Amino acid sequence: MIDTKDIIRFTTAGSVDDGKSTLIGRLLYDCKQIPQDQIELVRRISERKGSSGIDLSLFTDGLKDERAQGITIDVAYRYFTTEKRKFIIADTPGHLQYTRNMVTGASTANAALILIDARKGVVEQTRRHSFIASLLQIKHLIVCVNKMDLVEFNKEEFDQIVSSFQDFSAKLAIVDVQFIPVSALNGDNVVHRSENMTWYQGATLLHTLEHISVANEQNHIDFRFPVQHPIRVDQGLVQDYRAYAGKVESGIVRVGDEIIVLPGNQRSNVKSIMGMNGPQQEAFSPQSISLELTDELDTSRGNMIVKPNNQPEEVRHLSAMICWVSSQAYVPGRKYILRHTTNEVKAMVKSILYVYDMQTLKRDEEQIALQANDIARVELQLAGPIYVDEYRKNKATGSFILIDEQSNQTLAVGMIS
Amino acid sequence: MSYRLNYLEELEAEAVYVLREAFAQFQHPCILFSGGKDSIVVTHLAAKAFAPGQIPFSLLHIDTGHNFPETIQFRDELAERLNVRLVVGKVEDSIQRQTALEENGPNANRNRAQSITLLESMESFGFDAAIGGGRRDEEKARAKERFFSHRDAFGQWDPKNQGPEIWHLYNGRLNQGEQFRVFPISNWTELDVWDYIHKENILLPSLYFAHQRPCVKRKDSILAQSSYLVSHETDKLLNLTVRFRTIGDMTISGAMESNASTVSEIITELKEMNQSERGSRADDFRSESSMEDRKKEGYF
Repeated sequence: MIDTKDIIRFTTAGSVDDGKSTLIGRLLYDCKQIPQDQIELVRRISERKGSSGIDLSLFTDGLKDERAQGITIDVAYRYFTTEKRKFIIADTPGHLQYTRNMVTGASTANAALILIDARKGVVEQTRRHSFIASLLQIKHLIVCVNKMDLVEFNKEEFDQIVSSFQDFSAKLAIVDVQFIPVSALNGDNVVHRSENMTWYQGATLLHTLEHISVANEQNHIDFRFPVQHPIRVDQGLVQDYRAYAGKVESGIVRVGDEIIVLPGNQRSNVKSIMGMNGPQQEAFSPQSISLELTDELDTSRGNMIVKPNNQPEEVRHLSAMICWVSSQAYVPGRKYILRHTTNEVKAMVKSILYVYDMQTLKRDEEQIALQANDIARVELQLAGPIYVDEYRKNKATGSFILIDEQSNQTLAVGMIS
Repeated sequence: MSYRLNYLEELEAEAVYVLREAFAQFQHPCILFSGGKDSIVVTHLAAKAFAPGQIPFSLLHIDTGHNFPETIQFRDELAERLNVRLVVGKVEDSIQRQTALEENGPNANRNRAQSITLLESMESFGFDAAIGGGRRDEEKARAKERFFSHRDAFGQWDPKNQGPEIWHLYNGRLNQGEQFRVFPISNWTELDVWDYIHKENILLPSLYFAHQRPCVKRKDSILAQSSYLVSHETDKLLNLTVRFRTIGDMTISGAMESNASTVSEIITELKEMNQSERGSRADDFRSESSMEDRKKEGYF
């Protein structure tokens, strides 16, 4: 009954005019994932709007303002499942002023779906979205060249877009890029193979999504266990139990392993591991567990438990790529709270090395201000040590957010490199 | 050992992480307990998250006064079994205080009044965060929810101005008077919830399983006959074998005709059935954006 399906999370960015909503609608519709009552509802609305047939983009419409303006403003999450696996879609806006929402949606994704209008080819938004996917270290990119029906399913048009995308993507750090010619409107190569493009020998979009490998994205080497909070129980049948609740962010830990708590370098051994179904002998990422140690240590939220022979780097100074996500602008010299794993420390931006021009993706070394949606390389000074890995090696210990002490807003998100 | 989690294990690990973050980041969080399957699953996950200790949250039930007796009995037994504190906010009290108004008319219900009682209860009990069983797949406004969802001093949700929630770094810092809603099972679908209930043998109120009861057939929906229901001329009173797909206020929870009497029969039925979960909720039918509007007012 309970199967062993895994989950793949993918992000997609773009505007309604690229056919993004139609593509997602098509994917859900052809996978038979839309309940009959919703189909009926959308059919009625489509007719009222004068569409012939059913307007697939309506399945993914969100908030009132988004429907009114015909755009996506915030990330919306959608779910579907096939025989092979479960899918979580982070459907994000593509406009320049919503770059921060694109970053949010991309942060937890295994793959990014990039949409290109076959009539327009690679445009600014294509480059921006691909750039963000590469910045966030998304390993797989699926480029859908959409509206092939409007270029008469022409192979040359497709090949030309592929080659112009490759010219640009060669500079990005993306391992795996696949190109699929589709027509979301008619369903060509979305779930079913296209009869209009027999020249295309590759997989459909669904087949591609079903077969991307995500298992090897978990880091099972470097054990990192940020403590969420201690658990103490001393009543009834449980006497004097002291453990540390947290999520294994990476690596594997076993009962008996020698560990070290950062900061402070206190050493101990793992006495027991409490998992979701009682005690277990070992734990791996991304399991949520409680670790009991053989010694009574002074350990609390924000500490990190690791192994003595494989430790993250202790830093008081950071070099990072950040995305400014708040409408509250950056103020030079202002102190912020930096949250890294479960730990918090005060921090200050020491210098802005460069800011990306999100239209040309060129570095601007003159800019000294940071505003909403800016992506910049900065140097940060911290009030105390934190324990980090490079983002490309470890997303959990390589990422942080900056919070304003007064407004409590999240101002920026950062990747350590 | 393969070192990988299947989807239920991954969703469970994620939910437990979120519950622990809520415990660590807020002063006084509570679980918003409706007696429905989603809040029962959240309570079950909380028991796991803090085992072998006890659940460190109170259960807050917002009582519209129009309850299924089965729900109340289940609620009280669960709180006792888990040894967790149960507190109840009554819509009736808000109506008495005149902070909420009783709706009139043939489709009157206490759904909107519930939001007011929720905010009043959070204030009077001093809760700064309410952990709920809301899921993104339920409804299009909920599809936009964060795990940690900010509410201003009036309990309002501002969907256009939500803070970014990136990786799993949740920012639960709040200013005086503000609150959060926390949704640990955001990424679960209805079927995931049932699969999990099956896997974990979670007890549910008997209302979820097929049983006979006097019902009122009104247009396309079936409602449980009760003294709270304002009767219509066209209502048809029938004795039917039904189960409830969602459980809330008696006057708006639609029943469906079904013979599914076990969790696995329900799962089979769900897979074959082709109707969305909230399709039988009278409260969602008021307009195309009724959930969004209610959420902005403080509904969970």
